[in-house]
Amino acid sequence: MKKILLGNNAIIEGALASGVSFVSGYPGCPSAEIGDNFGKIAAKNGVYAEWSTNEKTALEAAIGASFSGLKSLVNMKSFGINVCSDSLLPLIYTGTKAGMVIVIADDPSCWSSAQTEQNSRAYSIFGHIPTLEPSDPQECYDFTKLAFEISEKFNIPVMLHTTTRVNHQKMPVEFSVIERSGDFVKGEFIKNHHQFSTMPPRTLEMKAELLEKIEKIKNFSEKSKINFVKGNRDSKIGIITSGVSYLYVKEAMENLEIDLPILKLGFFYPLPTKKISDFIKDKKKIFVVEELDSYIEKEVNILAKNVNCKLEVFGKNVLPEIGELNTEKIAIALAKVVGKKFVPFKITKNDLPKRTARLCEGCPYWYIFPVLKRIAPDAIFGGDIGCNMIANLAPHNLSDYMFAMGAGIGISHGVKKSTEQKVISIMGDGTFFHSGIAGLINAVYNKSNLLVVILDNRITAMTGHQPNPGMGKTLMGDATEELSIEEIVKACGVKNIKVLDPINMKELEYAVKEFLVKNDISVIICKRICALLAKRQSAQQHDQ
Amino acid sequence: MTNKNFNIILTGVGGQGIITLLDVIDEAAFIQGYDIRSSELHGLSQRGGSVEAHIRFGKKVYSPMVNNGDIDLIIALEALEGLRESEKAGKQTKILINKYFLPFLNSFSKEEIIKQLDISKKDFILVSASETCKNKLQNEVVCTLYLLGYAVGKKLIPLSKESVLRAIKNVIPEKYLDLNINAFELGHD
Repeated sequence: MKKILLGNNAIIEGALASGVSFVSGYPGCPSAEIGDNFGKIAAKNGVYAEWSTNEKTALEAAIGASFSGLKSLVNMKSFGINVCSDSLLPLIYTGTKAGMVIVIADDPSCWSSAQTEQNSRAYSIFGHIPTLEPSDPQECYDFTKLAFEISEKFNIPVMLHTTTRVNHQKMPVEFSVIERSGDFVKGEFIKNHHQFSTMPPRTLEMKAELLEKIEKIKNFSEKSKINFVKGNRDSKIGIITSGVSYLYVKEAMENLEIDLPILKLGFFYPLPTKKISDFIKDKKKIFVVEELDSYIEKEVNILAKNVNCKLEVFGKNVLPEIGELNTEKIAIALAKVVGKKFVPFKITKNDLPKRTARLCEGCPYWYIFPVLKRIAPDAIFGGDIGCNMIANLAPHNLSDYMFAMGAGIGISHGVKKSTEQKVISIMGDGTFFHSGIAGLINAVYNKSNLLVVILDNRITAMTGHQPNPGMGKTLMGDATEELSIEEIVKACGVKNIKVLDPINMKELEYAVKEFLVKNDISVIICKRICALLAKRQSAQQHDQ
Repeated sequence: MTNKNFNIILTGVGGQGIITLLDVIDEAAFIQGYDIRSSELHGLSQRGGSVEAHIRFGKKVYSPMVNNGDIDLIIALEALEGLRESEKAGKQTKILINKYFLPFLNSFSKEEIIKQLDISKKDFILVSASETCKNKLQNEVVCTLYLLGYAVGKKLIPLSKESVLRAIKNVIPEKYLDLNINAFELGHD
């Protein structure tokens, strides 16, 4: 059938068509719709889907599923791979049993990312992770299917590396809908200590097996149709590109009215080096178009030394290393490479006031940030990820540092130990369950007397309202244990705990004043439901 | 730059319903047999910040992103965002702006926004979509479909009324269907 699909939904269709039965992940932008939408359709397709507590537990869940013979799909945004890498790297050594595809969604230009403009392709190289890079939703579908095939054939997880403009792109996609039963068919774990346990001297044997495997996958990559050449092959100038940049290159050539051969790489790792060598050997100039860091360009330079040492390689010398690419940036660069004139459109700048993200109307954080600022104007504020990162922006301008999920409390502990200053660290309920607990335990154990304010809005809000362990509900809508943040904090050894509704600003004020002078760590849990969620819930009740 | 495809930029403030509008336009273009690519943003930018989405349709489209200057139609759900997007407008660009203001810290006044639009000498049309929808349908959010109805009625977009109506039925959930169709019809007439 042919239907307009979002890139993320095309990945879902590709996984369903490949017989996936285990889906795990952690919500982040631009990958969140994969898990969200799997949650809606999993049961009727005989699939088990979960939001895990973080990306590491998500990957580990899928490893367990794969070892038990179930095909799995893991989904997360760029930074998720940092969190799960500790288990990801040994997984490449042990290999998988049933197929596993890991979607890593980068966000060049940081549209919805705070911490860095990460290029996750670095992991492909240093972890030896076979990686495919789709350009559009059709390729999201096709490549997901191919990734499962490769994973099954070589017993290795395959990474599907996407970017915001691929995940959030829509186009008509040709796909097949396979009738699936609603029965979740369980697998069986067949013991195989030799393959599933990394332990020297086996570890080094496994490394040798991995490198052998990669050599075979490289041969597969050399023959694969997803690495193809298009356009006028006689030209002495050629372009090598991958991912969404391919689409911009096609447009840029139309704009410049030129027709150059393009080697489009669907494989990022392992690269088809013979195919690349063939493509570059009789060229005078090669223009490598890739977003952010120049991994392919470096490889082309190495290959050129052997097959065409006079080759002129263009890439980051004419393209920016910061920010996503677009047709115009590529047209400007391409014009330089071919020696044509290109005048980009001049925009008439109106110097308008900038409208930045802000807290929603009725957001419980509106009650919290001003109180913290008023009561403790001199305190150091540790920020964290989630809706509370809006504390960085006007009119709050609250956070003194902000890094990664759960990092605020960890850094705050260090600041508290190093200074005589008052330190207040904030984090949301989602972050608390993701990795905040580890920071809390460290702060208690090592005797910090900082004040932690947990903003419990009863859901993981920023990424689109995903359930978390504090809600008593799973991704598939089943009732589950509702973990109490208060009880966990207590069990971590915190003596000064206050749970309150932040709408009672006086109570919050007193609690902050009281706790700031304590000699040991204190935690205030501000419990009030996200305003958008409250509105939605009351609308749903109204409908019923 | 060449301009064979029809290029639209939708702009507004996070939460105004840009993605639903994009889905209806995508679907209508699909029904008319065009090749389509569109691009949208989710996440942080949706929390009350400026948001824009791109739609391109025609015989063959590669990139989902519209180049600056290469825009045929801008539909702005909020006036200041319309003014902001007009920076990228070329000579051929029509700018359809909802006469609706969502002020924020250090924002411009209504008068200032309209004055600046006048000064810009761009081809813009101000339509009181939110106000009309609020008065006649008791719902502001469907201003998106009202604006689309206006664009189709005034032939600012190469989509037929029939295909948009079919698209609305394919895209909008049953219980909001009548409301959306009414808003579209209201804008169209």
